[in-house]
Amino acid sequence: MKLVSEFRQSELAQGLVRSIRRHATKEARFMEFCGGHTVVIMKCGLRQLLPPTLTLTAGPGCPVCVTDNADLDKAIALAKLPNVIVASFGDMLRVPGSCSSLQEAKAAGGDVRIVYSTLDALTLARENPEKSVVFIGIGFETTGPTVAASVLQAAQEGLTNYYVLSLHKLCPPIIKALLDSGEVNLQGLICPGHVSAVIGANAWEFIARDYGIPCVVSGFEPLDILQCVDMLAQQVARGEAKVEIAYRRGVTPEGNQTAIKIMEQVFEPAPARWRGIGEVAGSGLKLRPEFERFDAELNFEFDPGPTIEHKGCLCGDILRGVKTPPQCSLFRRVCTPINPVGPCMVSSEGSCAAYYHYGEENDG
Amino acid sequence: MTDKILLAHGSGGKLAREIIQNSFLPALSNSILNKLDDAAVIEPGGRLAFTTDSYVVQPIFFPGGDIGKLAVCGTVNDLAMVGATPQYLSLSFIIEEGLPINELERVVNSVKETAQAAGVEIVAGDTKVVNRGGADKLFLNTAGLGTIPPGANISGHNARPGDVVILSGTIGDHGIAVLSQREGLDFATKLQSDCAPLNKLVAEMLEVSLDIHCLRDPTRGGLASTLNEVAEQSGVSIRIEEEKIPVREEVLSACEMLGLDPLYIANEGKLMATVDPKDAEAVLAQMQKNEYGRNAAIIGEIKEGNPGRVVMRTRLGTSRIIDMLVGEPLPRIC
Repeated sequence: MKLVSEFRQSELAQGLVRSIRRHATKEARFMEFCGGHTVVIMKCGLRQLLPPTLTLTAGPGCPVCVTDNADLDKAIALAKLPNVIVASFGDMLRVPGSCSSLQEAKAAGGDVRIVYSTLDALTLARENPEKSVVFIGIGFETTGPTVAASVLQAAQEGLTNYYVLSLHKLCPPIIKALLDSGEVNLQGLICPGHVSAVIGANAWEFIARDYGIPCVVSGFEPLDILQCVDMLAQQVARGEAKVEIAYRRGVTPEGNQTAIKIMEQVFEPAPARWRGIGEVAGSGLKLRPEFERFDAELNFEFDPGPTIEHKGCLCGDILRGVKTPPQCSLFRRVCTPINPVGPCMVSSEGSCAAYYHYGEENDG
Repeated sequence: MTDKILLAHGSGGKLAREIIQNSFLPALSNSILNKLDDAAVIEPGGRLAFTTDSYVVQPIFFPGGDIGKLAVCGTVNDLAMVGATPQYLSLSFIIEEGLPINELERVVNSVKETAQAAGVEIVAGDTKVVNRGGADKLFLNTAGLGTIPPGANISGHNARPGDVVILSGTIGDHGIAVLSQREGLDFATKLQSDCAPLNKLVAEMLEVSLDIHCLRDPTRGGLASTLNEVAEQSGVSIRIEEEKIPVREEVLSACEMLGLDPLYIANEGKLMATVDPKDAEAVLAQMQKNEYGRNAAIIGEIKEGNPGRVVMRTRLGTSRIIDMLVGEPLPRIC
């Protein structure tokens, strides 16, 4: 099996598109929660293949984008401390906080390192015993367990210079908050693939049951998404609302119990601030009291300064699925990937970046 | 004799002389360089092409090449991309104190082999040694001089509507091979850098047709950025077909894993040509006979209107804009 090209076969895609057209007789709006899905949809031009009855709306599933300015400012302030190495996933570097970014903090002399895994951050801590290594813990349930594993490993090794700034977010609570707000009217949810691989498809049962919205977990290849859209359209046509999986090679109903256990051992649910949405109870993760010595917020004195929101930036509305990037007056004119105003233009999974890079469906 | 580069090797004194005699001249010897005068005296003749480039690749040795091979290929290829026959190169070494001399000599030998393969001579050079931390092991700077054969008129400004876009082979091999060796990534792959001198391939193409309008080697920024540059400089739009672009499955998989797009990954032994449609098939057939053009393919067409726009028809039959690379490609979070 070739793993990549086999999931992009044009004949199979055409078959799925025919099936979608057959089933999507009613008007319906589906939200793809995950930024990774938005990127594939834009990059492959999938909207061009869908019948006019179907609308796809991007959701808040980009961990970088939903990170509040106040939290970004904390990471930037930490990077400015002497004898601190900030370890971060690459995505975070260019994201503008209130008045700076990790990239600018790095250029100004801060020690910011890109890592590809939390275990690389641990290696940094081992190799630099005279310094403190702070890992910027950004991400959903996908990254939570790996960060938890790094904390357990650090505890086991007796590392005393490893810390985590936990800005983790949880997906089901935020979807619940979005639906409760009544701002978005959805007939289907394209559930995140990687998150579901960890928490299991069953985690979405409440949406089908309590809100009557069909849920299908999707993978990240264009064929996965087309199949998912087809399954949602079929549920809509039949008037059903249940949880299904269009990503069986990665996702089970129960999820990865080992990962969940590790995450729950190290972290507990806590309120978290979401850009454009505000504080949502139980939608974040904080280190449990027995792991407090790894908590960067509790162990460093730093001043993130006042939080400044970017005027006119619609990232918040876009993350809630209320607006699309082209509806933002800054989009393309003021806000570009080179001079991003908001995080949705920076992150590789941001809706604005996806629309900017792949947006105009002109055949030239 | 020490086995590491010392600051004194760059002092201009006895040790400097020693490194030239022992490490550079045996490999790079030619009648012009051997004079060790302050400047090389050459008689190139004809229309000249002149270029310069610097090399800071890290790590300096990677699967399929090293910084020396890269420097020669990069400079030779820049000359070849205007249709020139590369002849003379200069080569400056900026060395970090402490570099093992055997590593330097490996690089010099690689320069020698690549220069021989490309048929160019290194006629001038310089060595500087900087304090530890002042450079990352070894930086190279080159200049290159070549002559342009009569009748060739190749420039990024010359792509014309109707031209056929030809790519000389698979994309992304160099960038992914280098990335696979980086600290923190080091994933196992058999992938080799495509680093290669393309001047002979270009000369063969020009023998078949003088209506090659534009040549570019898609190095940093990848094929996407090269296409955008040409579209902008020539005031045309470019339409390419995803299906036609050769990409190795290993490159595709690595890109998937890292959240990168092969269209934006660097190449060091590939070229993109826009050719008058009447000669396109002949040029393609000629390219496929050369070892560096074996996988050459027609990937698209130059169109009128929408200057600067590059559009790709995807495998699924949809179309999308291909933008310039913005910033460094960074792997994603999840």
